[in-house]
Amino acid sequence: MQYLVSVIDDRTGSGTPEEMVAIDAFNDRLRSGGHWVFAAGLAAPESATVIDARGDEPILTDGPFVESKEHIAGLWIIEAPDLDVALALMTEGSKACNRRVEVRPVLA
Amino acid sequence: MQPAGRGAAGPGVTDASAAISRAHQEQWTRLVATLARRYGVDLAEEAAAEAFATAVERWPADGVPPNPGGWLTTTANRKAIDRLRRENRRDPLQREALMLTDAGPPEPLGAIDDDRLRLIFTCCHPALAMEARVALTLRLVGGLTVPEIARGFLVPESTLGRRITRAKAKISNARIPYRVPSAQDLPARTTGVLAVLFLVFNEGYLATGPETDPIRPHLTAEAIRQTRLVRTLLPEDGEVAGLLALMLLTEARRPARVSADGLLVPLADQDRGAWDRALVDEGHRLVRERLATGVAPGRYQLLAAINAVHTDAADARDTDWSQVVALYDQLVRLDRSPVVALNRAVAVAEVDGPDAALVVVDELGNALDRYHAFHATRAELLRRLDRRADARAAYDRAIALAGNTAETAYLVRRRDELG
Repeated sequence: MQYLVSVIDDRTGSGTPEEMVAIDAFNDRLRSGGHWVFAAGLAAPESATVIDARGDEPILTDGPFVESKEHIAGLWIIEAPDLDVALALMTEGSKACNRRVEVRPVLA
Repeated sequence: MQPAGRGAAGPGVTDASAAISRAHQEQWTRLVATLARRYGVDLAEEAAAEAFATAVERWPADGVPPNPGGWLTTTANRKAIDRLRRENRRDPLQREALMLTDAGPPEPLGAIDDDRLRLIFTCCHPALAMEARVALTLRLVGGLTVPEIARGFLVPESTLGRRITRAKAKISNARIPYRVPSAQDLPARTTGVLAVLFLVFNEGYLATGPETDPIRPHLTAEAIRQTRLVRTLLPEDGEVAGLLALMLLTEARRPARVSADGLLVPLADQDRGAWDRALVDEGHRLVRERLATGVAPGRYQLLAAINAVHTDAADARDTDWSQVVALYDQLVRLDRSPVVALNRAVAVAEVDGPDAALVVVDELGNALDRYHAFHATRAELLRRLDRRADARAAYDRAIALAGNTAETAYLVRRRDELG
């Protein structure tokens, strides 16, 4: 089963070199345990574009779909047999990236 | 008059309804726990409830089956499979997921205990909100109905129903495992289970809400029943024993706790002859057992020991207050919460006098200004120091914040006695 892990941040481009080293080491552990599916950092929410193509003409809106103090600064997709395993892994992940993270099941 | 056969409202009905409530008491948890391993908690609850509903229809007419537990298991399994078949036709993916949970061979009989533990740990999973854990535990482990639980916590039935539905959906969607935690996680997870049971007990013992019963015995009884069950399943855990002892020693005082005119009766004024001796003795036995192990006591064991000192005194004046203070000193080391410090101060007042206690209490003012017991404690100390105006103001604050009807009534009378 896969889980989407969102990294919660209130600043952008705020990662430190120490955090990057810790995240790399954590990703290596994810890979060696067979849990790694995907991981990426995201550009600032202001660089997002919202598309609504439900009507005749697609409408593009500059900026994120929701303005909030906090946003998603990065993400993992991990493979884990159940929530306990996912939570244990991402407790380490939260420490490594020094941010709060949200763990959410991906529907199969 | 001797009935010739089983009339529609004859003894068959009475026997059957007695048998059904006995079966519900004895079999519900086991039934849900076993079904949940096969079908997941959601379907397990529905199938168990349907099996009991079928028993209500059938047993009065057909007679009580010779093995009620077996009958319920067979019926519930059939209901679950029926439901699966119906739902499978709509959703082959769900079918596959459900088949996976049914992959194992039939479990040996001893596995029933494990199933009940699995169920309890799943309902008290830390990824669920506290209120969801409480509701799920009462429904799935306790077998209380949604209206019963809603009444216990003064929330609308629809709100409580949604809370349970959402929690069950999360268990299934996020795949919260149906498993007893690993040895490494067990102590922390057990603490989480005990917190849920203690919350249920406290809501029963000091029920909140205007114009409601000050005590809700169906909640205290259920909390004790479930803590007994956890103790059977985890007999070596000192804190489980401690919580059970604490609940028993508290419940023992229930008959003396509210006066005929609906006022809360403080410990010192209770009719100790009205206490439930059997519960007191059982609680004392548990506390002695834990002391004999020589293992450093945890929070619940210390609270139980404090209650054992109180219930050991034939008269309030015989209370060994220095022992109570010593136990609170140990508790403060484990639990730095201001509420513990407040309770310790009450004992300090008995040993060192109200002046000394008031100094301690006043230091807690910032942390506990919104807590009725803080102001009630201050009021009692000020009263003993004959600072009437200050005492009155403190009672006023306590009355404004108290949520329990009997406690409010008691505080009002204490304030009015000041003249």
